[in-house]
Amino acid sequence: MTQYSPDLLFRALADPTRRTLFERLCLDGEQTVGALTAGAGISQPAVSKHLGVLKQAGLVLDRHEGRQTHYSAQQRALAPLVDWTGRMNRFWEARFDDLEDLLKRMDQ
Amino acid sequence: MTDTDVRTVTVEREIPHPPEKLWRALTQPHLIEEWLMKNDFGLDLGHRFQLRGDWGNVDCEILDVDPGRTLSYTWNYAHDDPAYQLESVVTFTLEPTGAGTLLRMEQAGFRPDQKQAFGGAKGGWRIHLENLEKVVAKLD
Repeated sequence: MTQYSPDLLFRALADPTRRTLFERLCLDGEQTVGALTAGAGISQPAVSKHLGVLKQAGLVLDRHEGRQTHYSAQQRALAPLVDWTGRMNRFWEARFDDLEDLLKRMDQ
Repeated sequence: MTDTDVRTVTVEREIPHPPEKLWRALTQPHLIEEWLMKNDFGLDLGHRFQLRGDWGNVDCEILDVDPGRTLSYTWNYAHDDPAYQLESVVTFTLEPTGAGTLLRMEQAGFRPDQKQAFGGAKGGWRIHLENLEKVVAKLD
């Protein structure tokens, strides 16, 4: 899997319109630009531009079929966001193991 | 920093030892070293200390002390690579239970790169994360 820059990821998700587009793709599955525009309240070129930013960040994938472009969400691109929590969780679980060992030794 | 604009990690464990004993392990430097890291910890409000690991030092400052119950300090980690930088607050809460103590560690923070990117959209970012976490949870 290509490594996308976390910077691009955070910037892409900082915009509420892009978040909404991304969430719709996560929840409803693959959609055309036209279908996404229908619910977005902005013009099709504006939607396309936002989708371009999401694509650069690795958050969406485009698939061309005839004259239509279909977009789908790439949830794995969220890994850098999820990683911090996962990493710190594992760190503290291991520290708590050592803490329990210490507490047992303090009895002796 | 408020609790609405940060990311949080919570680890909870019931430990079969009384809170007084756990408090010593959390606040005495030679004991802290045995389960966490080498340190120059001190229990006074505002005391600055470092936790020293093989991979670098964590800069800390005591924010809150309620003996036997709550201990809170900053947990800031400077790194050349912004992806590893971290500004956060760690809070330990001890609650006596029948069998010992419920120990809760909550770490709340932003990485500086996240802060830069989201300075203007904190509320939305929080809601957004909650949504994303629901989505990600479904993936497992």
